[in-house]
Amino acid sequence: MRQGSLAVVDTERAIKLGTLFVVEARLRTMLHWIFSLLTGSLLNPFFYLASLGIGVGTFINSRAGSGGVDGVKYIVFLAPALLASVAIQDFMGEVTFPVLQGFKWEKLFFAMNATPLSGRQIALGTYFSAMLRTVGSVLIYFAVLVGFKAVHPAQAWPMMLTSLFAAACFAAIMLAAAAATENDDLFLNLMGRLLIMPLFLFSGTFYPLTSMPIPLQAIGWISPLWHATEIGRWVSYGHSIPGTMIAIHFIYLTVLLVVGLLWAFNRFEYRLSK
Amino acid sequence: MHKESLIQAKGLTKLYGDFAAVKGIDFSVHKGESFGFLGPNGAGKSTTMRIIAATLTRTSGEISILGKDPAERGPEIRAHLGVVPQQDNLDQALTVTDNLYIYGRYFGLSRKFIRAKIEELLDFAQLVEKRDVKVETLSGGMKRRLTIARALISEPEILMLDEPTTGLDPQARHILWDRLFRLKEQGVTLLITTHYMDEAEQLCDRLMVMDKGSIMAEDSPSGLIKKYSTKEVLEVRFGSDKNAEVSPQLSTLCERMEVLPDRILMYADDAELLLEEIRKKGLHPVTSLVRRSSLEDVFLRLTGRSLVE
Repeated sequence: MRQGSLAVVDTERAIKLGTLFVVEARLRTMLHWIFSLLTGSLLNPFFYLASLGIGVGTFINSRAGSGGVDGVKYIVFLAPALLASVAIQDFMGEVTFPVLQGFKWEKLFFAMNATPLSGRQIALGTYFSAMLRTVGSVLIYFAVLVGFKAVHPAQAWPMMLTSLFAAACFAAIMLAAAAATENDDLFLNLMGRLLIMPLFLFSGTFYPLTSMPIPLQAIGWISPLWHATEIGRWVSYGHSIPGTMIAIHFIYLTVLLVVGLLWAFNRFEYRLSK
Repeated sequence: MHKESLIQAKGLTKLYGDFAAVKGIDFSVHKGESFGFLGPNGAGKSTTMRIIAATLTRTSGEISILGKDPAERGPEIRAHLGVVPQQDNLDQALTVTDNLYIYGRYFGLSRKFIRAKIEELLDFAQLVEKRDVKVETLSGGMKRRLTIARALISEPEILMLDEPTTGLDPQARHILWDRLFRLKEQGVTLLITTHYMDEAEQLCDRLMVMDKGSIMAEDSPSGLIKKYSTKEVLEVRFGSDKNAEVSPQLSTLCERMEVLPDRILMYADDAELLLEEIRKKGLHPVTSLVRRSSLEDVFLRLTGRSLVE
């Protein structure tokens, strides 16, 4: 067995490109279940749009008359929320389960940290690979939305980018939260029951948030999905919101992004050096 | 000839609040040697290993690894280490080959280099037939060999093994020892922690005996036995109740004696002769065993406790 990596390992390159190597490894791992990822990404929008967009939509449109909901057909009203929702859920999944696996279940991050990789690079690599996977989901979802005439192809870039941005902001917080948790069972329970479900139901996804009583509207105000949905509807069909509210949506999401990433870096370095 | 030191530590200390896991230890490891930390659980071996692996920051003292301070240049140091942790942390859902490949990429190695290296490592770890098998289906011994192979992918300057055979069955242990012995023969610098004396004797050129965060002794396995024990040991059993009762009569017959709950260890250079003298006194042990002194005896002498408790 040869020894002497001083000749084999290009230390400077290894340190500089560490984040990319983590992304490569994560994508390579995802390829192992690419089939289920793709079928999930295709079937999920199809089922939602067929049942809610067409089924519930037909019922609502017949009651709402020519004005529809928020001045458009129900499926058009629904589409930006569903796009943002899938982006958030997929991004969140890819920054929580791999992190629990990395710190708790298989302790893979400790193996990674025994190489030149730093905690920050492992965090960023996990984050960016989740982002790439979410780009895939959003592209497929958008294509299905176009197929259902729920969006116009011309709105592809702004709608996909705003959904992805909102998802990236929330995922930064979830990346940190997953890295901070010691109790994975509790974390997954809280995430599933107290986070995903309420956010999905109380973020103005299926009806305008303003139709809810004020205390329930408050859930929407803190929900990144509501902020993303509002921006998405504005981009998609010109949903009317004041300029200050647009700024507030973007500022809120950006704060989540910055706080989340800084918290995540801190937790990764701490957990790995404990 | 002056030996090149790869690791040098002076007054190395690690505190967790009030608890001192490592208490100001000094040691150095030379290129090409197989250096072992021997001690029971909680001796501070793994903590010391993690400081050397540049993943845990020391509280005080000095340490230099490959001429660098791990607190300041951790990633640079880690680029030249191969680490085998106490628990295998392989990606269970991936194949044997993928685990090696991905790990190689973390060191920034080229795909071409890794592919060639994988063939060499699969052969070394006797995992050629398992190359496309998912890790979750491998036996404990195979996983351990794969973790060692993974640590060798970057041709490290130092291979660090934390309790390499703990939890393995005897056959798997012997296969692993054979692999590690080959590495040692090839001049790979090995750093091993173990609480198994036979492992330490087989694999280490030089040993540091640790207990409660401190160094108790440091020498070659044979040097330690020579210094802290006699050539032979006589183990006698008179029955659990009687061991303590007869011990005063035995103590005058040998250099040193340890009365354990189940047996008495008597230290002498000629244990057969000692057994005869015991019988001449009219004492007849239920069982007797003459054996060579081991590192277990050294540890007992140094700490008054057994290594595996």
